[in-house]
Amino acid sequence: MDLSSINPVLLLASLMVAATPILIAALGELVVERSGVLNLGVEGMMITGAICGFAVAVETGSPFWGFVAAAAGGALLSLLFALLTQFALANQVASGLALTLFGLGLSSLLGQGYVGVKPPHTAKLDIPILGDIPFLGPVVFSHDLMVYFGLALVAAIWAMLKYTRIGLVLRAVGENHDAAHALGYKVVRVRVMAILFGGACAGLGGAYISLIRVPQWTEGMTAGAGWIALALVVFASWKAGRVMLGAYLFGGVTVLQLNLQAAGVSIPVEYLSMSPYLITILVLVIMSADRSRAPASLGRIFHATQ
Amino acid sequence: MTKTLLRISGLTKAYPGVIANSDVSFEITEGEVHALLGENGAGKSTLVKMIYGLVKPDSGTMTLRGAPFAPTEPRAARAAGVAMVFQHFSLFDALNVAENVALGMENPPPMRDLATRIRDVSEAYGLPLDPFRTVGDLSAGERQRVEIIRCLLQDPRLLIMDEPTSVLTPQEVEILFETLRKLTSEGVAILYISHKLEEIRALCDHATILRLGKNVGTCIPRDTSAREMAELMVGSAFEAPARAGRELGDVALDVTGLSLGSPGEFGTSLRNIHFTVKKGEILGIGGVAGNGQDELWGALSGELTTDNEAIRLMGQPIGNLGPTARRDRGLLTAPEERLGHAAAPEMSLTENALLTGAKRENLMNRGFLKWAATEEFAKRIIKTFDVRTPGPGTAARALSGGNLQKFVIGREVLQHPEVLVVNQPTWGVDAAAAASIRQALLDLAANGTAVICISQDLDELMEISDRFCALNEGRLSDIRPAQGLSVDEIGLMMGGAHGMEVAHVEA
Amino acid sequence: MLKLEKRPQPSQLWTYLTPLLAVIITMIAGSALFALLGKNPIEAVATIFWEPLFGEFSFYYRPQLLVKGAPLVLIAIGLSLGFRAGIWNIGAEGQYIIGAITGAAVGLAFYPAESWLIFPLMVLAGALGGLAWAMIPAFLQVRFGTNEILVSLMLVYVAEQLLASMSLGLLKNPEGFGFPGSRNFQQYASGHNAEIITGSGMHWGVVAALIAVIFAYILLNRHILGYHIRLTGQAPRAARFAGVRPNLLILFCLGTSGALAGLAGLFEVSGPAGQISIDFNVGYGFTAIIVAFLGRLHPVGIMLAGLLMALTYIGGEIAQSNLGLPAAAIQLFQGMLLFFLLAVDLLTNYRIRFVKAETA
Repeated sequence: MDLSSINPVLLLASLMVAATPILIAALGELVVERSGVLNLGVEGMMITGAICGFAVAVETGSPFWGFVAAAAGGALLSLLFALLTQFALANQVASGLALTLFGLGLSSLLGQGYVGVKPPHTAKLDIPILGDIPFLGPVVFSHDLMVYFGLALVAAIWAMLKYTRIGLVLRAVGENHDAAHALGYKVVRVRVMAILFGGACAGLGGAYISLIRVPQWTEGMTAGAGWIALALVVFASWKAGRVMLGAYLFGGVTVLQLNLQAAGVSIPVEYLSMSPYLITILVLVIMSADRSRAPASLGRIFHATQ
Repeated sequence: MTKTLLRISGLTKAYPGVIANSDVSFEITEGEVHALLGENGAGKSTLVKMIYGLVKPDSGTMTLRGAPFAPTEPRAARAAGVAMVFQHFSLFDALNVAENVALGMENPPPMRDLATRIRDVSEAYGLPLDPFRTVGDLSAGERQRVEIIRCLLQDPRLLIMDEPTSVLTPQEVEILFETLRKLTSEGVAILYISHKLEEIRALCDHATILRLGKNVGTCIPRDTSAREMAELMVGSAFEAPARAGRELGDVALDVTGLSLGSPGEFGTSLRNIHFTVKKGEILGIGGVAGNGQDELWGALSGELTTDNEAIRLMGQPIGNLGPTARRDRGLLTAPEERLGHAAAPEMSLTENALLTGAKRENLMNRGFLKWAATEEFAKRIIKTFDVRTPGPGTAARALSGGNLQKFVIGREVLQHPEVLVVNQPTWGVDAAAAASIRQALLDLAANGTAVICISQDLDELMEISDRFCALNEGRLSDIRPAQGLSVDEIGLMMGGAHGMEVAHVEA
Repeated sequence: MLKLEKRPQPSQLWTYLTPLLAVIITMIAGSALFALLGKNPIEAVATIFWEPLFGEFSFYYRPQLLVKGAPLVLIAIGLSLGFRAGIWNIGAEGQYIIGAITGAAVGLAFYPAESWLIFPLMVLAGALGGLAWAMIPAFLQVRFGTNEILVSLMLVYVAEQLLASMSLGLLKNPEGFGFPGSRNFQQYASGHNAEIITGSGMHWGVVAALIAVIFAYILLNRHILGYHIRLTGQAPRAARFAGVRPNLLILFCLGTSGALAGLAGLFEVSGPAGQISIDFNVGYGFTAIIVAFLGRLHPVGIMLAGLLMALTYIGGEIAQSNLGLPAAAIQLFQGMLLFFLLAVDLLTNYRIRFVKAETA
């Protein structure tokens, strides 16, 4: 065992990378849940985004188009969920599960020809001056664009929910859909938009795993990241800032256990590998004391009667 | 100067199986208070929803100030100067007052300016409000203010108010009326929906009466007696429930020092409640909605458990027993919400009969269900209480409000309770069903059951209670004999005006 | 324009018709999918649904139907109880793995002793293992209000890691030449879940599945506990009013589904699979979710749905080897089935009407 082989700078830098996919996916789900919809299909949308992004990036040679395709793929899959829950009025829990099962099948079918292929490299930003700052430079200022996109998204969603009309309407729909309907807001339309946004975000998060974090395609490669993103939203009490905090916490745990594995700690690999999931459970337990923040209409079916 | 503001001609709206409105016509002039009077289910709500753009009429036309008016959505109605205060508030508990107001406006100003305007308008009309308080923490009266302010900020020409006084104490009603009179003096017309006749006589200039979706007459309330209006509204006169003089027995239920934190985020805690009910007595508990009624019902039913000694049934402490154990001992209850609480909407009446009757009616044998006996029980309820339904296999949600309520109350009454606690037994129920439910409660008491009736309908409580008290912010007032209580006294028991201010009326 | 209108009562007719309709729509959509993949759609559908039952080698495939169907039905019956009450155990895969590990561990502990007692003990250990694993989310929910969906799902990943650890470590076959995986129960008579009638596919797991179906049917239709389960799912507040204690129900539903999933795992590891290995679990715990919904959460429906799903597994394998249809296509096919089922479910509770465009 050689703990000194763990480089704190690399550890922290890779923490930000490890956190980014679940951060982006969780932010999308945050918006969905704030509109009163519980979409348990994040895992399915992430893996679909992962393969869509991967395939398109490989075919076009451009990671940019890969991410665009990933967002589109995730959104398209979430459209199925929107149709089921908003128009066919199906149970949201069951529909979310269906989405995940469907997405896992779809992605492995789409990914048939891409196993073992290397995706095009995504450039890292080389921010002059800032990137040269010792320690902080490599940790914070020399990542790919998506890391900063994730951070910008935190700020954007926070501000959207707090200060804008759209945010207010979104929250209103999530709190009390009957009242929102009585005031003339299009509950279903707002929710469909939120679901699509959530799908796009999950797709981006998935593509980040297959294009940057790993980077390659293997079946089922999201390995529960979508479920962790769901847990993050609960952990964060439906607040954007706390989603970021949570994502970095999980990123930290993941990176740390990987580093410990590499360093050959005497704990068996399997037990290290299960640690992120165990920690997720632990955090859920700690946070479940505070349940008051959930949007009041979360998971309830809306049907405008008479 | 009277100009027609809104003219409604021949409005018709049908839903599958129900004609909600059939060829309804009337006019509202500027600056008047126009009452829309009718029983539950007479079609009042559908009519106002058409005016507010939530429902599109099948046929018929409306004109507003002479121009054709056919709002396709509430937004359009609001833009034309129509505003509405809903019966079940269209408010968002988790948002603050200013946010709630902004949601009801087309182009709200920035929050800071909006807050100032809310303060200004609310002061001007005598309805003070703090724009940054969370709505869920407000009392029912304050919540109504939020709705009214939201409407007033848009300078409406027509203000629709759907049963606005059902959540107010008599003193608060006076304040509201002052505010409304000030509005009409500024030329605003008010469409006032209610079934409370005295109120309409005090406030309204004209009244249109609906029965079964049809306009069955108009009148000038000041010149018409309440009895005449009632007959127009109901179609036939109902006998007031007969109350026989009866002997009171021993104390059946004894509540001492009952205190309980509310389980809900925006609920009301119960504080040190004392009362006793004797066999054969009906205790009426009044109060404005949200003052602890649900919590008190929960504590009595066993859905919420308390200190064991705080509640005694026939002398035995039962405070920490659950609903099943209390039922075994003879304490039966019926909650306010029919669908989803008293009955499972998707289940048949037979299955719903099992819900509370399983043990007392001997409908199971070591946990195994006797469906035949259960169906018999359901049929007995249906027959005894004249529940109109095809049969016991019908799903609860297919019944009308009145019929389901008769079933739910009947289910408990037939089980021969020692004590029966009901919450809002006739809420949203048509007059005929309401009368038969009240009669059933009186009959039950005459047979020696102690009855506790929690209700927001003061007329109902005065009609059936022997003694009356009121809940106010989780506390129970003194208990007084119901006979001879004046409206003012009742109002004060309910908490008076709750410190509300009267509008600064200058008109 | 289409307009939805709530039926006064759920339609009896559509309750039975919707699963059939969903299967038919899935077949059509599946054909389109297979055509997209460049396969003859009719041949593909026929291979999946016809070959295993009536094809040349159906004598081999028919017993497989029971072998594959039994774990699906066993798990789905357990899940359906919880789903009916609004308690979402989606970690059956994990409970299945743990049941297999604990059951196998008890059996291997006795190796090479022979006794008729060993197999019953393994069954008991398997059930208890699944039960214990499901009690983690149940206890956390009851005690702390933690979301059972997320916890039960997280525990699947934990169980998979445990499985890997066991097949590489504690339970590894000491005579296995260093290969991962435990001893094979097919070579250990006392611990072997052998076919009861040779060649029929009928092993003890099938018997257990049948008993579970009957048990669930009686529970749901004839017993107050089943009534309380249904009541809780349909109207939670009415259940509180009836005196149901939600916490007990959570413990019961999660516990039962965990035990049944554990049993399924044990019967699989001691029979068809033979040994604990890294890739022992093949997703029965997740497919069972589809089975439960496809069977409308009704015990008899679940039995039929389990057989149908087993058919798609077997037919899928045949299509894979005969037509080169990718395995993922079958997975997708199964996912589609659940989608369409949820969509057409609308018809039981709502009527669809055509009306002229209207804005309200």
